[in-house]
Amino acid sequence: MKLSKLLLSTVVASGLMAATSLANAAGDITVVSWGGAYTKSQVEAYHKPWMAKTGNKIKSEDYNGGTAEIKAQVEAGNVSWDIVDVELSDAIRACDEGLLETIDASELPDGADGTKAADDFLEGTLHDCAVANIVWSTIFAYDSSKIKTEDGPKTVADFFDLEKFPGKRGLRKNPKSNLEFALMADGVAAKDVYEILGTDEGIDRAFKKLDSIKDSVIWWEAGAQPPQLLADGEVVMTTAYNGRIFNAVAGEDKPFEIVWDGQIWDLDLWVIPKGSKNKELAMDFLKFSTGTEPLAAQASYISYGPARKSSGPLVGKYHNKDIDMGPQMPTAPDNLTNSVQNNFEFWADNQDQLSERFNAWLAG
Amino acid sequence: MSETVLAQQNSDAILSTDGIPLKQKLARTTRKLRMRAFLLTLPLVLFLVVSFVLPIGQMLWRSVNNPAGSNVLPVFAELIQDWDEQGLPDEPVFEAFVKDLQNAREKREIGKTVGNLATRVNYEMPGTRSLFTGTGRKINKVTEGPYKEALLKINKKWDDPVIWRTLKRVSRDYTPAFYMAALDHKYDDQGKMVPADDLYQIYVSNFGKTLWMSAIITFFCFILAFPVSYLLSTLPMKASNLLMILVLLPFWTSLLVRTTAWIAILQTEGVINDILVFIGLVANDSRIQMIYNQTGTIISMVHILLPFMILPLYSVMKTIPPSYMRAARSMGGTPINAFRRVYFPQTIPGIAAGTLLVFILSIGFYITPALVGGEDGILISNLIAYHIQKSLNWSLGAALGAILLVIVLVFYWIYNKLVGIDKLSFG
Repeated sequence: MKLSKLLLSTVVASGLMAATSLANAAGDITVVSWGGAYTKSQVEAYHKPWMAKTGNKIKSEDYNGGTAEIKAQVEAGNVSWDIVDVELSDAIRACDEGLLETIDASELPDGADGTKAADDFLEGTLHDCAVANIVWSTIFAYDSSKIKTEDGPKTVADFFDLEKFPGKRGLRKNPKSNLEFALMADGVAAKDVYEILGTDEGIDRAFKKLDSIKDSVIWWEAGAQPPQLLADGEVVMTTAYNGRIFNAVAGEDKPFEIVWDGQIWDLDLWVIPKGSKNKELAMDFLKFSTGTEPLAAQASYISYGPARKSSGPLVGKYHNKDIDMGPQMPTAPDNLTNSVQNNFEFWADNQDQLSERFNAWLAG
Repeated sequence: MSETVLAQQNSDAILSTDGIPLKQKLARTTRKLRMRAFLLTLPLVLFLVVSFVLPIGQMLWRSVNNPAGSNVLPVFAELIQDWDEQGLPDEPVFEAFVKDLQNAREKREIGKTVGNLATRVNYEMPGTRSLFTGTGRKINKVTEGPYKEALLKINKKWDDPVIWRTLKRVSRDYTPAFYMAALDHKYDDQGKMVPADDLYQIYVSNFGKTLWMSAIITFFCFILAFPVSYLLSTLPMKASNLLMILVLLPFWTSLLVRTTAWIAILQTEGVINDILVFIGLVANDSRIQMIYNQTGTIISMVHILLPFMILPLYSVMKTIPPSYMRAARSMGGTPINAFRRVYFPQTIPGIAAGTLLVFILSIGFYITPALVGGEDGILISNLIAYHIQKSLNWSLGAALGAILLVIVLVFYWIYNKLVGIDKLSFG
């Protein structure tokens, strides 16, 4: 009896010691994402469980996209970001420029149902330097307390119809997604958007369409702005990331309505800047957070679709309300009827030139 | 005659106690003193070199430096220079190109990747990035010649001589391309300089706008500052001290705070619009847009730069004795005449200092137009920031910065000719 007690206490004590030494060995990593409701969903679904599991700490930082900070840090040889949530076209470009660590997709864990990672991830979500976590979408939304839902906008063309729906519009201050949006509103079929945008006439056509509402546009840059613009009554409708609008509706009871027609969906991916001081830990976090359960868990905080097929069946309701998350996802069949996937190759090729023209157009 | 005098003087030169001619000794001592004085300023000199000369030098260098070609394609960059630009380059050039690409792909060194080359070429030939990066991904499949055919098999677009002409330009160590872009010019397919398409012209007009808005801001600052400075310099001590604090208090407040205060005041849901709607001057749904445009930039910049006009004016006016005006009046001058011919000319050094300060500060202003300028109220510094922070075309940003520097220097020079820098008085 006594002996077993002694044994037990020794085991407990050594266990404690091991735990403390583990905690001492544990490190901090800096995880950078887009802020607001989106970062919050990641904190709940990825950060907290990972910190609880490994004893490491996470410093969470916000940014507004783009690769400027990564480039500056890598070129200065002082990398303080360990893992960053980026858009696909930025991931590809930064990878090509050698700014990112390569990621071996075969190291990723299998899905919860036993599917190999390579088969479990949706097509096009695994890249040399990046692993996707979610599918998100640019949609437009309006305030149903100002415009009644019955006669509210139904199609992307309505967004550009100032006569039927007078008032200010919110658009992202970036040619990306605005040009696609304009073409679809001008009657171009979703599947032809990039083909037409590849011609000079197509670009002219898109800018001409944007011209028709230019004087009524308020430009936004951070993802948290559009719901705020709607709530403040600064705009009657605005493009936005679908999860931000959903969270304003579900979390803050705002009377916003999403119009899925003409949605432009895209991926967000984790990348590790080259020369990260905590590469191993960052990689561990990446593997953990893109696992079946964390991805499914994130979907209960924000309406972004998980990048793994095996997460799909686990997606349930909003974390504290009786709202089915499935139909809120960009990938829900009803939402995909008239939609286009952001063409990263087109934007990698044309971003510089089109930004130049977009800036000239804005200032003119 | 004069020679003998000189000789006599030499032999009679006054010697110091240790036998060295006094003149020499004096020169030695003053040199020592001068050295010591210089040593005292050494920290400042070093500081200026590190914080001023080096960064500007680096900026100027970056605006013409063109390392992508020779970094990524070291062998090819030399070979292509001998190409006569007719048809396609020869097989050895293609071989060097393929091998250099394979090398770059393998090493993946920062700043020397296929992606860096693709980005650089894409500046001059938009739409080619994926040709380079896509080829880069497949380039390791090519193991033997003929390399030209192998490359064309990967992508037919390599058949275009324009790409090779562009590559030849990109492979030179120095380039005027960024200055051309900064002045709304580009290379055409033949490699000649032509103006950029109208729809892509942005920089020259923005330089013009920056100068024009700076002039307007300087003018308003002057109009507002002159009476205030006059009051400051003539009021009794107690009242003028209070007024001075009112001028200095905003001056000591953070730029960011003052700009955001203007946002709160001027925005469509802001204080002024609320008041106008409340008293019924403006309908609720047609509130006036006073911010996020040129008006907003001008209003807030005038406010922020006003002290830079008031203070030099005040310090000069303070030195003008009031008796001058009284004398002019007593000799029969009308108040206007006395002001125009006696008082005003004496304030010119202050006006000169104030306008120069405000004008040059506005040319390079960044934070305020970024926050309240919207789309048409942004200045050239915002475009420079865009290229440094967003598009990552640092070389173009550097070229724009260098042009801005030249403009400021030219203005300084004109100013010196017109007013004379020695006449400036900051008090």
